[in-house]
Amino acid sequence: MIVEFILNGEHASARVVAAMSLLDVFRDQLELPGSKNACDQGECGSCSIVLDGAAVCSCLVMAADVEGSEVTTVEGVAPEGVLNEIQQAMHEGGAVQCGFCTPGIVVMATDLFATNPSPSRAEIKEALAGNICRCTGYGAIVRALEAVAGAEA
Amino acid sequence: MTTRTTRAPSKIAGGIGESTLRPDGIAKLEGSFEYAQDLRAENMLWGATTRSPHPRARIVSIDVAPALAIGGVHAVLIAEDVPGRGVFGLEHPDQPVLASDEARYWGEPVAVVAAEDEDTARRAAAAVAVEYEVLDPLVDSLTADVEDEVFRRMRIRRGDQGVEGAVVVEGYYEVGMQDQAPLGTEAGLAVPDGHGGVDLYATSQFVHIDQSQVVASLGLRPEQVRAHPTGIGGAFGAREDVNLHIHLCMLALHTGQPVKMVYDRAESFTGHVHRHPARMWYRHHADEDGRLLRVEARVVVDGGAYASTTSAVLANACYFAVGPYRCDSVAVDGVGARTNNPPCGAMRGFGAVQVCVGYEAQMDKLAAELGIAPLELRRRNALATGDQMPTTGQRIETPLPVIDVLDSLAAMPLPDADDEAPLPGGSGLTTDRDQVRRGVGYALGIKNLGFSEGSDDYAVARVRLAEDGAVVETAAIEVGQGLVTVLAQIARSALGVSRAVVRHVDTSQIGSAGSTSASRQTQISGGATLEASRRLRERILGRHDGDDLTDLGVLRDGEVVVPMAMLATEGWEETVTFRHPPTEESDDDGQGVVHADFAVAGHRAVVDVDPELGLLSVVRIDTAQDVGKALNPESVRGQIEGGILQGVGLAIMEELIMDGGVIKNPTFTDYLLPTILDAPDVEALLIEQDGSWGPFGAKGVGEPPTISSTAAVLAAIRDATGKDIDRAPVRPQDIAL
Repeated sequence: MIVEFILNGEHASARVVAAMSLLDVFRDQLELPGSKNACDQGECGSCSIVLDGAAVCSCLVMAADVEGSEVTTVEGVAPEGVLNEIQQAMHEGGAVQCGFCTPGIVVMATDLFATNPSPSRAEIKEALAGNICRCTGYGAIVRALEAVAGAEA
Repeated sequence: MTTRTTRAPSKIAGGIGESTLRPDGIAKLEGSFEYAQDLRAENMLWGATTRSPHPRARIVSIDVAPALAIGGVHAVLIAEDVPGRGVFGLEHPDQPVLASDEARYWGEPVAVVAAEDEDTARRAAAAVAVEYEVLDPLVDSLTADVEDEVFRRMRIRRGDQGVEGAVVVEGYYEVGMQDQAPLGTEAGLAVPDGHGGVDLYATSQFVHIDQSQVVASLGLRPEQVRAHPTGIGGAFGAREDVNLHIHLCMLALHTGQPVKMVYDRAESFTGHVHRHPARMWYRHHADEDGRLLRVEARVVVDGGAYASTTSAVLANACYFAVGPYRCDSVAVDGVGARTNNPPCGAMRGFGAVQVCVGYEAQMDKLAAELGIAPLELRRRNALATGDQMPTTGQRIETPLPVIDVLDSLAAMPLPDADDEAPLPGGSGLTTDRDQVRRGVGYALGIKNLGFSEGSDDYAVARVRLAEDGAVVETAAIEVGQGLVTVLAQIARSALGVSRAVVRHVDTSQIGSAGSTSASRQTQISGGATLEASRRLRERILGRHDGDDLTDLGVLRDGEVVVPMAMLATEGWEETVTFRHPPTEESDDDGQGVVHADFAVAGHRAVVDVDPELGLLSVVRIDTAQDVGKALNPESVRGQIEGGILQGVGLAIMEELIMDGGVIKNPTFTDYLLPTILDAPDVEALLIEQDGSWGPFGAKGVGEPPTISSTAAVLAAIRDATGKDIDRAPVRPQDIAL
């Protein structure tokens, strides 16, 4: 079947079969490899996207279910060639190492700040509780996002 | 012949000591950075692997016909299709590329397939009909020892073996099997070149060793195989061994088409080596002032079914079995057992992690027995530059600031006892704050930097001048640690030009950089980059009779005599092979100059425990680490914080649960990894002392954070509960029952 949806602000369509996840569609059909597959079962958050206003793991979303939905991936959090303030803070704050978790964290943090421009440390941690990072120990990520929250406050 | 005195390069923007930003950071944040998982090629097939469902079984027959009968399947290959050497291995080639007579661990590859899409490849792999005769697996490392199923035995004897102390403490300790769990699973793409050769782009820590193993197993000439560095989602030791590399190249050459393979998470848990589980018996003798008189230890690590790096891991465990402490009477016996458990090999800390759990528990036992504070007991025994290593007798020539680490930890403020730290058990909120007991624990760790025991440990780097500045060419693998940042910083500072980039080149274009492991690349590839940059600067200044090289070009008496744009057209380049000071194999008593350099770190853990429910929360870790010189302080801090959390993971949650040789929890649902809510606050103090042979005095920083953080957390749990916590990870039942 063909599903049509709004992807990063633009019309998109994909030919999907029943078992296909939205993550597979991004990576295999739509040339959007930014969303990463590290566990394939919704445990690591590397494939996080925003689907109709809710942050979810795209590996757990059936592609066939997104007909008419609005979807934002890491490729859509900022205009091409521009970093949003969260990406910029993470870049400057040493919050990226191997980078495999980074797109998911960017999506979750961007979603958090969209609804809560100056989250507390606890709120930042709660928002990222589903995103596993194996490299940084999370310290630089928290500091970077606290800096953004401080600038907004 | 010039007699002109050349200047040292001026302090340069983006040079060493600055926290310059990662050159790949923006691409990683945008999602455009290309990882091995993202590679594609025209006409590409997908590979998949048929794996043994038994920890030990005789392979009676393999029928590939059912797999080949599936539409879209291009190849099904088994052991007899391996054209060259049928086995591979980092130190001792003993691991079959594909099992033929017997499968020796759960998940061992038996066949590989290539098909037109990923699903078809996986279905075909499942359709390969293998008849097994199931055999009893050997899964107990002590039984393996008795049956002499061992990869290596170690024996260290130093000093008078008859020494006894006024105070003697004993203990038995265990460390479970930890997984590196890099977020990127194993992935790669092999592309046939049309002339019998192949280009391999795969997850790796060491492309030259991959290349040589592919060459051997495919029976090709070295120039026919080119291994390319590619984008890698973490490593931590998991990528030092070959896994899908030979399979991919076989399939690509057999089908004449590019073949891609990506392990899923469950397959990744069987597809790479793990941290060795260890069992350790210790007896420490001390005098009444707490000075160590004798340490006796027996260390058994389970190497699993194939050798991988078990020999070296065992050696490390034994060489560092006493820790960073003086002691003149030492006896250590080590066993690297061969079993039917999954092969174990490199993981961050490489043997030093396991023994630290043992010797630091022993130091705390001694402290308790003598009524001496834990830090004071350690101070009385602290190893220092000029001392002999307690195990090998090697004199320590480079700075070893054990005392400074202790002083730093003692001076760092503890968090307030009444602070509103999140409760153990997290969002379950089952713990009453009244129940919570806080514990504080200390641990110190020591480890070698670079390869030891007589290895010819070297790295090649090339520095070129190009139109847009200096280019450092290397095959040293960036796994996330920031090598691409630090090599450019070294080149900037040594050349005197502010524009420098690192460019990865394949195995045909440059010599080996060695492995991205053993905390070695900053020192060794960094050393090669430094020397190449220095020589290049001297040659350029000599040729043009200049006294300074800057972004402007060659200067003489402050005037530009050759502008940079012109210099860049002259084809300047310098290739250097850097070696660390030579080491030697130890003698029959484990004595000798075995190591090139050492680093020490210490950790203080603050842990809140609910002893009734067995829940805990690591509130804070303070650390001081011997770094030589922090070339990029933010990157060093990143290594420290990340390494500590892996140590915390081993202390409180990470373990592959084995049942008769079968991994029971090969998913991220069941193999628990620390989340942001599990991560303690970390305060890190970097101890810089000049004198190491690394560039600008730098030491490797990747592993020390992982070595003693585990032991410090265990010590804090002991402090909170009063229980003998003698295994990592600690389980709720170890606390509550």
